[in-house]
Amino acid sequence: MDFQDYQSREGSDAAVDRMAGAPREHLVVIGNGMAGCRAIEELLARDAGRYRITIFGAEPHVNYNRIMLSPVLAGEKTFDEIVINGLDWYRDNGIELVTADPILSIDREAATVTSRSGRVTGYDRLLIATGSDPFIIPVPGKDLPGVISFRDMKDVDTMLAAADAGGAAVVIGGGLLGLEAAHGLALRGMQVTVLHLPGTLMERQLDEAAGWLLKTALEARGQTILTGADTAEIFGEGKVEGVRLKDGREIPASLVVMAVGIRPSVKLAAEAGLEVGRGIKVDDYMVTSDPSIFAVGECVEHEGNVYGLVAPLWDMCRSFADGLTGKPNPYRGSVTSTKLKVAGLDVFSAGDFSGTGAGCEDIVLRDASRGVYKRLVLQDEKIVGAVLYGDTSDGNWYFDLLRNGETVTDLRDVLIFGQAFASGGGAADPKAAVAALSDDAEICGCNGVSKGQVVSCIAKGARSLDAVRATCKASASCGSCTGLVETLLALTLGDQVQSGPKTLCKCTSFTHDDVRREIVAQAMRSIPEVMQKLHWATPDGCASCRPALNYYLLCALPGDYVDDQQSRFVNERMHANIQKDGTYSVVPRMWGGITNPRELRAIADVVEKYNAPMVKVTGGQRLDIFGIKKEDLPAVWADLNAAGMVSGHAYGKSLRTVKTCVGSEWCRFGTQDSTGLGVKIERLTWGSWMPHKFKIAVSGCPRNCAEATIKDFGVVCVDSGYELSVGGNGGIHVRATDLLCKVATEQEALDYCAAFIQLYREEARYLERTAPWIERVGIDYVKARIVEDAIGREALRARFLYAQTFSQDDPWAGRAKGADREQHGHMAQFKPLSLEEMA
Amino acid sequence: MIGEWLDIGWLNEIPVRGSRTIPVTGGEEIAVFRTGDDKVFALVNRCPHKGGPLSQGIVHGHSVACPLHNWNIALATGQAQGEDKGCTPVIPVKVDGGRVLICRASTLKAAA
Repeated sequence: MDFQDYQSREGSDAAVDRMAGAPREHLVVIGNGMAGCRAIEELLARDAGRYRITIFGAEPHVNYNRIMLSPVLAGEKTFDEIVINGLDWYRDNGIELVTADPILSIDREAATVTSRSGRVTGYDRLLIATGSDPFIIPVPGKDLPGVISFRDMKDVDTMLAAADAGGAAVVIGGGLLGLEAAHGLALRGMQVTVLHLPGTLMERQLDEAAGWLLKTALEARGQTILTGADTAEIFGEGKVEGVRLKDGREIPASLVVMAVGIRPSVKLAAEAGLEVGRGIKVDDYMVTSDPSIFAVGECVEHEGNVYGLVAPLWDMCRSFADGLTGKPNPYRGSVTSTKLKVAGLDVFSAGDFSGTGAGCEDIVLRDASRGVYKRLVLQDEKIVGAVLYGDTSDGNWYFDLLRNGETVTDLRDVLIFGQAFASGGGAADPKAAVAALSDDAEICGCNGVSKGQVVSCIAKGARSLDAVRATCKASASCGSCTGLVETLLALTLGDQVQSGPKTLCKCTSFTHDDVRREIVAQAMRSIPEVMQKLHWATPDGCASCRPALNYYLLCALPGDYVDDQQSRFVNERMHANIQKDGTYSVVPRMWGGITNPRELRAIADVVEKYNAPMVKVTGGQRLDIFGIKKEDLPAVWADLNAAGMVSGHAYGKSLRTVKTCVGSEWCRFGTQDSTGLGVKIERLTWGSWMPHKFKIAVSGCPRNCAEATIKDFGVVCVDSGYELSVGGNGGIHVRATDLLCKVATEQEALDYCAAFIQLYREEARYLERTAPWIERVGIDYVKARIVEDAIGREALRARFLYAQTFSQDDPWAGRAKGADREQHGHMAQFKPLSLEEMA
Repeated sequence: MIGEWLDIGWLNEIPVRGSRTIPVTGGEEIAVFRTGDDKVFALVNRCPHKGGPLSQGIVHGHSVACPLHNWNIALATGQAQGEDKGCTPVIPVKVDGGRVLICRASTLKAAA
């Protein structure tokens, strides 16, 4: 022990001991993996202060979820996303963590362990959680550089580096791990061959039929699968160059992943003289042959069984923690189920499906065209095994029936069709299905959380998905059980499920209002700056927050902020409306809905010149030209510009249209010049970016032909002036406007309109229309700001006019002249035939 | 001799957090993406959901949000994220000396 270390630890112990009043027993954990840390979590949950804890890990990392390495390899997760406990967990719980310093020996007489660096640590209790070691088949070349296993983050890094260089990879072993490795490498662009000695892939989990379906599916994805392939040699000069099979075939490869199986890691225990079989032998309380030494996880042998899957570990850790806190609770072995984590391939198996036991019967369903295979093995009217391929949605239910040993006589004739059907009709309530699960049914396989645990964590106050994730970790890893957890929330809480204060998006814990306030308070000037200062959880946000931040910055810093095109929704980036076939529709502005022969001719010419399949009159009194390709857009705009037309912003979270009726100029009922006012309002407001789309209408009399009372801002002309109303909507939820006030002159109508828009721009949340915004803040608030506060109104109007000086710039004109060319043109074109000829 | 890789242009022709397209005669258009950390990915330009042009979506992290219905597609795998299920073919791509190269065989396959 080095002196400095001795000093510091003495110091901290003394402090802790003083607080506790008595010296605590020292629990040393060998292994910082899933089992070791889970055992400690269980212990802390029962009696946090009881033991002083030190954890030794061989890897240079905090505790991460090893079964999520496959998604990391496949590029679906990052390492940070699979960390189970970060450094703060160790710190907050007073756990001393020693990483990258594996324990090399245990001295049971002295009750100490010695690490590779020579550090000697005494223990009162010792927990061995060394997991398992990959089995390396003893063939020539097994030690060549480029031959690796698939066990830890270092292996993943090696595979990623190899994939970056491209080329071919061989995976030896077509079990769960091997196939996940092959999948990840194939996705990373490598040519992958899987060598599997038995005739069936995943033969320990799948029967022959399901194995064949899986093989076919993987081959269709471009992998080469060789079953019955017996490796003779790995060859190469100084590094791997390929694999030779016993039948003489050679498969070139720059990377060989050995995934033929795992063995309990027992060396340390065996050398310490503990009783060891295939694994470290433990009793029902996870105690080894030495009563002060415990073992959990893949390194143990219990009742002759060793487990290479994650689920048994949860049960073992519970028994361990119960025993250590004086409430013995025996471990009775585990029934396991398996899911293959290869995206798009659903494979599930549980129990014994060899179907050879006495009195075993099979129920099989095959649906070749859907690629579904389901097989249940029954014995004495109970499910003893299940294999599901292609549709694994009932896996949890079958596994639950299997584990509980329920008699299925009554269900037998409908069992294979799944829980929904069996519980009464094809379209059964999915909630009822979840409600029917037993308390110990597993909800989250990644973190071993049962239904009972989720429900109790909800009952103890976790009222949202995030709260459940934070408390019991259900749905916090791969997320495939999120639906189940949400259903449990709904079942347990009814209407009281909280979405919590709604954050802007999943990238941040701040709300829209928080973010906006901070942008102004801290004078932030760019999206990266906001993300940095407000601790965004993602490197560059998501499709929800980026457009919102872009808008908030634009609104806060008109004229200063440089718009980020790549944070705009497609329509705003392309200044046209994307349609289902990927073409665009183009709507030129027609002020107040008025047009003339020159504009109509120009539109007609564009329609013919670019073969637009359809022209349609819109609800906002405009003409919409459909079917324009993205590369033709600049030319179309050039033609429309030439006839004096500008962008109609039919695509934007912005002022869309001002719809009018003909008013006093023509109509025998008209009271004021509604078209004239409409044109003036549109000239005032066009081009302004807003939280959401914004529609205006002006009707010439209370007959309201322009439908002004379902617009964001509506004007109804009357003999004595103009009735202004706000917050109308004709969408999913029809909402009539609230009357804001009545004004006497056109100028007032224009001024109030500008002030109202600016209030909405500054205070509504991004993607909040005026209707829900006003429902939220109340029309009285809006009246107080716009009608009752003349100075405030004038200030709002002034800010709007200032912002408009930067936004009233036709975006089409720039593009027509060649700006942002990369948004429209292709990067390159391929004509495969001519390429072939070039050869 | 035909190389295994097709040179499609300079990396800086692709906007950061953006995408460019490569039409393939007789086949499906390919979208090449450049992420915020300057990684390059290529997919067939078709969302597994309703065929939306992924090239027009918002690129965030190593994903793109389809412009039609906001499905998030992982750029490395072509796999739909979250609750959505589906996969878009991935075209191997690499950058060499600032030039972007896509896998010839996969591109031809997309054309077949």
